Amino acid sequence: MRVNFTVNGRKQEADDVWEGESLLYVLRERMGLPGSKNACEQGECGSCTVRLDGVPVCSCLVAAGQVEGREVVTVEGLADYAQHRQDAHPGGGCASGACGTSLDAAQRWQAKPADGRTGEAGALSPIQQAFIDAGAVQCGFCTPGLLVAADELLERNASPSDQDIREALSGNLCRCTGYEKILDAVRLAAARQEEAV
Amino acid sequence: MATTGTPTNITQGSKTKGGIGESTLRPDGTLKVTGEFAYSSDMWHEDMLWGQTLRSTVAHAEIRSIDISEAVAMPGVYAVLTYDDLPTEVKNYGLEIQDTPVLAHGKVRHHGEPVALVAADHPETARRAAAKIKIDYAELPVITDEASATAPDAVLVHEGRDDHHIGHVPHPNIVHRQPIVRGDADEAAKRADVIVKGEYTFGMQDQAFLGPESGLAVPSEDGGVELYVATQWLHSDLKQIAPVLGLPEEKVRMTLSGVGGAFGGREDISMQIHACLLALRTGKPVKIVYNRFESFFGHVHRHPAKLYYEHGATKDGKLTHMKCKIVLDGGAYASASPAVVGNASSLSVGPYVIDDVDIEAIALYSNNPPCGAMRGFGAVQACFAYEAQMDKLAAKLGMDPVEFRQLNAMEQGTIMPTGQPVDSPAPVAELLRRIKARPLPPEQQWATAGEAADVRALPGGLSNTTHGEGVVRGVGYAVGIKNVGFSEGFDDYSTAKVRMEVVGGEPVATVHTAMAEVGQGGVTVHAQIARTELGVTQVTIHPADTQVGSAGSTSASRQTYVTGGAVKNTCEHVREAVLEIGRRKFGSYHPAWATAELLLEGGKVVTDGGEVLADIAEVLEDESVELELEWRHRPTEAFDLRTGQGNGHVQYSFAAHRAVVEVDTELGLVKVVELAVAQDVGKALNPLSVVGQIQGGTTQGLGVAVMEEIIVDPKTAKVRNPSFTDYLIPTILDTPTIPVDVLELADEHAPYGLRGIGEAPTLSSTPAVLAAIRNATGLELNRTPVRPEHLTGTESS
Repeated sequence: MRVNFTVNGRKQEADDVWEGESLLYVLRERMGLPGSKNACEQGECGSCTVRLDGVPVCSCLVAAGQVEGREVVTVEGLADYAQHRQDAHPGGGCASGACGTSLDAAQRWQAKPADGRTGEAGALSPIQQAFIDAGAVQCGFCTPGLLVAADELLERNASPSDQDIREALSGNLCRCTGYEKILDAVRLAAARQEEAV
Repeated sequence: MATTGTPTNITQGSKTKGGIGESTLRPDGTLKVTGEFAYSSDMWHEDMLWGQTLRSTVAHAEIRSIDISEAVAMPGVYAVLTYDDLPTEVKNYGLEIQDTPVLAHGKVRHHGEPVALVAADHPETARRAAAKIKIDYAELPVITDEASATAPDAVLVHEGRDDHHIGHVPHPNIVHRQPIVRGDADEAAKRADVIVKGEYTFGMQDQAFLGPESGLAVPSEDGGVELYVATQWLHSDLKQIAPVLGLPEEKVRMTLSGVGGAFGGREDISMQIHACLLALRTGKPVKIVYNRFESFFGHVHRHPAKLYYEHGATKDGKLTHMKCKIVLDGGAYASASPAVVGNASSLSVGPYVIDDVDIEAIALYSNNPPCGAMRGFGAVQACFAYEAQMDKLAAKLGMDPVEFRQLNAMEQGTIMPTGQPVDSPAPVAELLRRIKARPLPPEQQWATAGEAADVRALPGGLSNTTHGEGVVRGVGYAVGIKNVGFSEGFDDYSTAKVRMEVVGGEPVATVHTAMAEVGQGGVTVHAQIARTELGVTQVTIHPADTQVGSAGSTSASRQTYVTGGAVKNTCEHVREAVLEIGRRKFGSYHPAWATAELLLEGGKVVTDGGEVLADIAEVLEDESVELELEWRHRPTEAFDLRTGQGNGHVQYSFAAHRAVVEVDTELGLVKVVELAVAQDVGKALNPLSVVGQIQGGTTQGLGVAVMEEIIVDPKTAKVRNPSFTDYLIPTILDTPTIPVDVLELADEHAPYGLRGIGEAPTLSSTPAVLAAIRNATGLELNRTPVRPEHLTGTESS
C-alpha cells in the first residue's frame, strides 16, 4: 500500500508498504530517518518515541497505515519543531496541543535542510543542548526517544517538578546513566527557557 | 572533590583548554541528540539483504534432521544455511575455549541456540522463512544445577573435552575450579567468639543494553568481507571470525559502528559470523538486527550463583576466618567462565583483612543459557554474600555495621588472600565514613502538609497501592572491591596511533585506536589526553577499526587505564619527535632548546619555566609525525591452581553505598528513596563522565536487588521472560537520587594515578539495598532480586 503523511514538516509518501510494517520501520528503513531507535519493538522502552499529531507515541506500536494523512515529528525534526514553537508561541509552551499540529500549520512549516534531517547546519533545540551539557548522553541509544518525550513535557509544563519529570519520562528506559543526569538535563532546559523569557 | 548533581570543572589538569581533569563534552554528543549517530542497527547498503537466525526451541536435544526445503522455495529468500554449509573445518569459536558452535551440529545445548540462518529481501520474509525450517529434535535430560551437573551418571554437556582446565576440575561438567587457601581457617575458627553461616542465591542478570545486537557484512572484491558491527573488542572478534570463515585475518576488515551500550554483553560473538557467512554465500551485503526477544538469547548473561559462606569474629569485632564455596552457573558454553571463577574466588573476601581463609569457586557447564561477562564480573556475586555476612556478624556482636566494617577494613599494604600486597591507596574505611556522614533524606517525603500524599514517591508509585500506611523505612550499607583490567597473567596491552600535523595553520592531533566506544566516554578522554600531552586544542578521534593494532576489550574497567595509557605513551613519543624537529630547526637560536625541560602547551613549545620558544605550527610546517605504539601495564601472574596464590591483579577499585528504602509491608513493594555512593577514582580525567558512570553502575546494582532476573524453568531450562515486558530494568521512577562523592587518591602505578571506575559501583549497590530492606522489615532475605512474595511471606515453592 501507499502511505501519505507528513514527517518533520515535509510531505512524504511511502510505497509498497506491507500492511504489518510499523511506523518505526517505515521511518527507519523507507524514509532514511534512523533517529527513532529500535530497542524493544514492543512499546516497553520508549526509544522509538515520536510525536503523532503532537502526541508522544511508541512508533513501533503504530501500524504504518494508521499515519495516513497525519503529522509525525521525530528527533531529526526536533530542533526545527522547537524553533517553530518558539516563533509561533514566543515565551511559552502550547499546552492546548494546537502547536504545530494542524495540517494547515504543518503545510506552512518547512524543515531545514529540505530532507528533514537537521545536521550540523541546524541549531539544537534547548532540550538537545541541555542533554549534551548535563552529560545525559552516554551510549545515546535511548536519547532520541527521551528528547521527544522531554520536549513534549516542557511544552506542557514549563517548570516541572522532579516528580513531574519522572512521571513524564517513566516510559523511556535508559541503561547507562542512572537517570540522574537526564533529570539534570530537563531541569537545565527548563531553567534556560525561563531565563530566556 | 565532592560532587552531587552536575559537577563543574573541578581540577585544572593542563594549561591547554580541554585537557584531563576537565568535564569536556562528548565529541559524539551532537550526532547522538540529533538522531544522526550511526548505530550498528542503522547501517544501510544498496541491494542489502536481511539475515535471520533460527534458534532452538528446546534446551538439550539431539538434532535428528533439518528440512529447509520450504524455506528455500519462498520468494525473496536468497540463502538458507545450516551446519553443513560452514565453509571450513573450524566450526566452533569462543573467547577462551572454542566450544561454541557457529550453528548447532548434532546437538543443541541450550534454549535459543542458533541452528540455521536465512537471508531474504525483507526482514519479515526472512522471519517467515526461518519459521518454515523443520527440525526434528530428540530431547535429552537437562542439567540445571550443581547436583545434576556433578552426579556420577550425569550426561556430559561437552563430551570429549580437551581444554586446558580439564586436568584440574573434579568433573567434566565443571568448566573451571579455583581454590584459595591461606593460613589455617579451621585453626583460626577456634579463636572466634561468634560464627555466622549463610547460603545466598544471586539471580541471572541481563546486561539489557538498549541497542540490539546488529551489524552489516559487505562482501569485498578480494573474496573477503567488511563487517560494521557493535562490539567491545574488534580484534577479539576478528580472531574468532576469520578461522570459521576460512579467511586470513587481513581479509576480514572490521569497523566499529555505533554501540548502544554493552556492559559485558558484547564481549562474545553474536551475529558477526552469521552475517559474514550469509554475505559471502549470497555475494550481497547482509544486515542482521536482533529484536529484543532474540537479544535475550543472543548474548551471555551474568552468572547466577549459589554462595555458601562462614565467617568468624572475636567479641571485640575482629574477623578471625572465612570459608566459602561459590558455585557459578556458566550455562552451555564456557565464554568467560574461567576468568569469572578467578575473580569470584580472589575477591571473595571483600575489602577486609582476614588472614585465614579457605575458598573454592567453580563454574558449571549446564543446559541453562550461557553466562559470561557482565559489569562487576564475578565480584558482584561475592559482594552480595560477604556484605550480608558482615551485617549478620555485626548484629550478632551488637556492633554498628559500619563500625564493624571499618574495624576490619583493608588498607594500603594489606595482603590479599592470594598473597598479593595491595600497593596503592585502599580507602575502604574512609569511603564508609563519608557515606555514613551524609545527612539522611527527610522521612516520609511523600507526605504533603494538609493534602493527600504524593503517591509517585511511595512504593507502588502511580499504581496508587498505598497512601503511606504500612510503609516502613530502612537504611543499609555496603562496600566492595573490584580488580581493574584483565588478570591472571593475561597480556593486557593496547595500541595507539597518534599523528600530529598542521592543518590550516593550526597544529592538529589525530588519535587512532581500536577502542570500542560503548557509551563510556573513551573518545572524550582520549582527546583530553592528547590535548594535555601535545598542547593542541584540535584533536580528531579516528573511527575504531582493525587497521590499527588491538586496544583490548572495553571491559573490566580497563579502557581508560590501558588504552588511555597507550594514547598517553604514544603522545609522549610524538611530543619528543616534535621537539626533536624543533631542536633541529631552531636549536641554534636559543640555548633552552638543548638545556631546558620542554613542553607543548597552548599550541606552543614552552620551557618548564614558562618561556615560549616557538609555535608548534612553525616547528612542524609541512612535516608530520605519526607513531603507532603498544603499551602494557605491569604484568600479572596466574593463580596457583591448588593454593590460589599469585600476584594476579593489576589494580583494585573501591566503592561504598548507603541505601535508604521504604517498604510497603502489606504488598511487598519497595521504593528506593536514595542510593548514595562514595568511590575512589584515583584521578578523575573527566569528572562529568566519572559521575555518570558511577550513577549508571549504581542503578544496575539497584536493578538486580529488586527486579532484574532472567527466569529459567528448572525442569526444562527454557527462558520464561525474554522481553522488556517481563524482564524489568529500572525506570526513572524506580531510580532514586544518587548523590556521588568522589575521592581522588592517586595510584602511582597508573597513568595520571587513575583508577578504573566502571564496575565498582555495581558491586555494593545491590547488598546496600538488600541491607536496607532487611533493616526495614527484619527479614533475612538471602536471595536477589527481592520480590514481593519474599517480603510478604507468600512465596509458593
